[in-house]
Amino acid sequence: MNVRPPSSLGRDAWLRLRANRMAMVSLFLLVGIALVSVFGPMLGSHSYDQQNLDHIFQSPDSTYLFGTDNLGRDLFARTTYGGRISLAVGLLATLVSLVIGVTYGMLSGYAGGRMDAWMMRLVDVLYSLPFIIFVILLMVMFGRNFLLLFLAIGAVEWLTMARITRAQTLHLKNAEFIEAARALGYSHGRILFRHLLPNLIGPIIIYATLTVPAVMLLEAVLSFLGLGVQAPMSSWGSLIKEGAEKMDAAPWLLFFPGSFFCLTLFALNFLGDGLRDALDPKSSKD
Amino acid sequence: MQSSKDFFLSLLFSRLFSIWPLAWILLGCSQPSNIETALEEQILHFGLGSEPQSLDPHLATSVAAHNILSALLEGLVSEDPKSLKPSPGVAQSWSISQDGTTYTFKLRKNGRWSNGDPVTAHDFVYSFRRMLNPSLGAQYASMLYPLKNAKAFHQGIKTWQEAEVGVEALDDYTLRLTLENPLPYFLELLNHFSWFPVHQPTIEYFNAYEKIGTAWTKPKNFIGNGPFRLTNHHINSVIEVEKNEQYWDAKTVRLRGIRFYPIEAVYTEERAYRSGFLHLTQSVSADRIDFLQAEYPKELHFEPYLGTYFYRFNLQAPPFDDQRVREAFSLAIDRQRLVEKVLKGGQVPATSFTPPGTGGFMPLPKFRHDPEAAQALIRTYLQENGMDRLPPIELTYNTSEGHKKVAEALSGMWKDILGVEIRLLNMEWKVFLSTVAKGEFTLARAGWIGDYIDPHTFLHMWRTGEGLNMTGWGNQRYDEALRRAEISNSSEERWKNFQTCENLLAEEFPILPLYFYVHLTLRHPTVRGWYPTLLDHHPYKYVYLAKEGDP
Amino acid sequence: MSKLIVSRVLQAVPTLWVIATLTFFMTRYAPGGPFDSERSIPHEIKVKLESHFGLDQPLLDQYLLYLKNLLRGDLGPSFKYPEWEVSELIATAFPVSLTLGILSLLIALLIGIPAGMIAALRRNSWMDYLPMSMSMAGICLPTFVLGPLLIFALSTKLGMLPPLGWYGPSDWVLPSLTLGLFYAAYIARLTRAGMLETLQQDYVRTARAKGASAWRILSRHAARGGLLPVVTFLGPAFAGLISGSFVIESIFFIPGLGKFFVTAAFNRDYTMVLGTVLFYASLIILLNLLVDLLQAWLDPKARQQR
Repeated sequence: MNVRPPSSLGRDAWLRLRANRMAMVSLFLLVGIALVSVFGPMLGSHSYDQQNLDHIFQSPDSTYLFGTDNLGRDLFARTTYGGRISLAVGLLATLVSLVIGVTYGMLSGYAGGRMDAWMMRLVDVLYSLPFIIFVILLMVMFGRNFLLLFLAIGAVEWLTMARITRAQTLHLKNAEFIEAARALGYSHGRILFRHLLPNLIGPIIIYATLTVPAVMLLEAVLSFLGLGVQAPMSSWGSLIKEGAEKMDAAPWLLFFPGSFFCLTLFALNFLGDGLRDALDPKSSKD
Repeated sequence: MQSSKDFFLSLLFSRLFSIWPLAWILLGCSQPSNIETALEEQILHFGLGSEPQSLDPHLATSVAAHNILSALLEGLVSEDPKSLKPSPGVAQSWSISQDGTTYTFKLRKNGRWSNGDPVTAHDFVYSFRRMLNPSLGAQYASMLYPLKNAKAFHQGIKTWQEAEVGVEALDDYTLRLTLENPLPYFLELLNHFSWFPVHQPTIEYFNAYEKIGTAWTKPKNFIGNGPFRLTNHHINSVIEVEKNEQYWDAKTVRLRGIRFYPIEAVYTEERAYRSGFLHLTQSVSADRIDFLQAEYPKELHFEPYLGTYFYRFNLQAPPFDDQRVREAFSLAIDRQRLVEKVLKGGQVPATSFTPPGTGGFMPLPKFRHDPEAAQALIRTYLQENGMDRLPPIELTYNTSEGHKKVAEALSGMWKDILGVEIRLLNMEWKVFLSTVAKGEFTLARAGWIGDYIDPHTFLHMWRTGEGLNMTGWGNQRYDEALRRAEISNSSEERWKNFQTCENLLAEEFPILPLYFYVHLTLRHPTVRGWYPTLLDHHPYKYVYLAKEGDP
Repeated sequence: MSKLIVSRVLQAVPTLWVIATLTFFMTRYAPGGPFDSERSIPHEIKVKLESHFGLDQPLLDQYLLYLKNLLRGDLGPSFKYPEWEVSELIATAFPVSLTLGILSLLIALLIGIPAGMIAALRRNSWMDYLPMSMSMAGICLPTFVLGPLLIFALSTKLGMLPPLGWYGPSDWVLPSLTLGLFYAAYIARLTRAGMLETLQQDYVRTARAKGASAWRILSRHAARGGLLPVVTFLGPAFAGLISGSFVIESIFFIPGLGKFFVTAAFNRDYTMVLGTVLFYASLIILLNLLVDLLQAWLDPKARQQR
């Protein structure tokens, strides 16, 4: 078993990632979507909240690239503006849930025994609490703070991540390479983060890329409860939700936000796969 | 190594494909739709919109409950299917005293409960007493306040004996009701479910006289006196009723049964209709109107509905403590455009609070659209207060696509005309209710559906200190005009006083009426004997199903 | 193994108690009450209603009474639908959700696991890209988009299946397909990731070198480690599936449990919220236990460790 010196891990990984064509295409695509989201709303001649009641439900044409919605607002502006929010929420909240879930799961699995049992019971408790009431209470206590959005999403999304990480940790914690590290007298922290973590990375990255769409859609649910994005602001989640309801009368309302959402997920996914391979300590063997 | 992988693959495929034939067995069997079988069976498939909270007429609160209860029970009077004018129900005939405060009902001798018991005057005395019993906690008990001394009994000030509530069984088949004041719409009021009778032995058996949540409303227990009886209730799925052969007018009843489906999602209900699952829908999404009008021009109906959509100002919250700002907000919006371009459902722009024609009352159009006047008002307001622009204003509404759309459209108009930034705050329903009730809002969405066809059902809301008011507005002249209208027996006098109320609303702007509701529904052409009515009441005993072309 | 089960059952009691307690107080502190409505009930009526349901008692007394009733298995009547007991409502709706949940899970497993395995075994070939792209498409299409799309294609256009309702097996197809395909996408991706990880492990290589048959390697060695992430994911996912899905139920008009989870919270139907939460919590505890047992069985090394 190859225990790589940690110092070269990052550099090696980057080199391997660069060699992966799909991953690099995805990376550029993601950057492209992010740029369109940041600058798109400024490019068009219409702002995301400017209504034109004489131009409602217009199908895409040269004035309205993506068509208009039920108040005659430009869907291009709304989609790109929505991208800012969805990308920010999707990536940041996933990152939060990733950090919490992975740390918690590794500690729980590595500690084992009674500690593990009670840490997992806490996860069971958090799975079970009524989410809607939880969100309403959050708003009562802290107002409509945008940061609460991350707290609310983080509170639910890290749980499965923690359980997956814990299962992998239990699976690997007696593997030879960990025992070797223990025998060398490394500290627990070093074993956890330098030796164990790189070997868990595959399922974690995959689950993280699966969390992003879940988070983006959850954001739409939270805005229903009044937390986070308020009308007339838009997000991909809320645009898709509205578009789905009008899909046979005005299909563009679903198509464009849906395509952005989908492209982002595809790109994230291939980038995730690439990252997984790049970070995998065993990959050099194949 | 590659070879072993291929082997894995062939293995997987062989195991995977062996299960596919199973899937095909499930598919491919299509049955005739509800609509097709209904003609033969005379079963009406009814989109109910939502699950009723309770089927006890004294505890029920919703439109959904009304739709079921009017099949299961019948009040003293029934209603004409077109005009909703009172027609004989349990009472064969009635007489009204000169001063309009005493009603004597002659009950028919052949009135029967669904178990065969006769329906008597004592049943009504018992029912009204139960409804007004303070221990029951009936939410709609105040509907019976027109009865003399009913309020004193209901508020627990007097016992039944002391109170001498104006209801008396002169004999088994004669019932006398005495009112506090003459009430021109009293007979129409009797078609509200709170006035329906309940079967005394059943109530006593389940000990339900003052208890909420007993099993007497379950299908096997429910005893009613209406044209239909309850046969099945599966929560969130279906409520079934079947023709009641004991009903005195069973020969008029042509439907053999009705199935009510509480489909809450409008898009699902629409799909249900389009696939022949439902004869009629409870509602239609406003965004689907164009599409449905093109596809189902004859089946999409726009029916007038007794309701007003409006916003409440909070008079305690600046800048709405100043009447001119409220007026400017009203003048700035183009209700016609809102209705035509945004709502598109045939709604009528609200130029008064009471819908025109309510009980015959025609309020004058007082709420106008005048953007220049609005700008002028705001300019003076800003000058006087040394401001250069209005602060951002929060607009609170409960989460719903429809409310959001209206709120967004109006903020656009206010931004354009008054240059004010509106911040939309959507809230979940219960949070919204408690926020508005506590007065923690600046501008809030509201709506009101009339309980009976009289302006009073709308205008009583704005009495000083009335629980529904919630704007902080009060005006003695308003209260006085309302009181005069309440005690008067002459239409002319009442209309004059109601107009005074309307004028005050349009001078001081505690509220911002936007539009009058329309009931949008899809209805299959085979449904007959069904007419648009203001309260959306449709007496089922006249309804039947017939092929297109047949009478 | 039996020791694990016993200790977990013992842990379940305090866990459920914590959940009941937190939920009880959370619902009570949420603004609005079960009897708030647009019609503004007169104060005295509201007081009456509240005393009917014991809401006029001090909160702590209410809490203790609730726990006492809970110990006797009594969840109380629903506040929103007072003519129904909470346990009665759950008992009516659960079989529906259970059927739908199991069918969807079967669809998800039958599609997801083979797809994930094939993709892992044929990595970076079209047999990897095709199932993985399809699974990404599944994730791009949330149930509220996929459901109406399937209805449009299979019901409105082809007339093969009913668009809504829950009356017979033909009604089961579209909703279970909608839910199943969505979960299949997750499962496929997790299976692939887990398999890739495991196929590189030394013990799989050793088994290969020893000339073990392909099926034996797959079922005994590779699949075991490779399925760990999926199995872990499935615990809570299955609990979620059989306790109903609000979205699916409202799209297809299915009288399942999912609706109660959402509407009970919106209605502030205190007893119903508690009832559904405790029911779901029991499922979560049970299924996470099953997952842990399954993991121990899949992963003999970790089992020896315990």
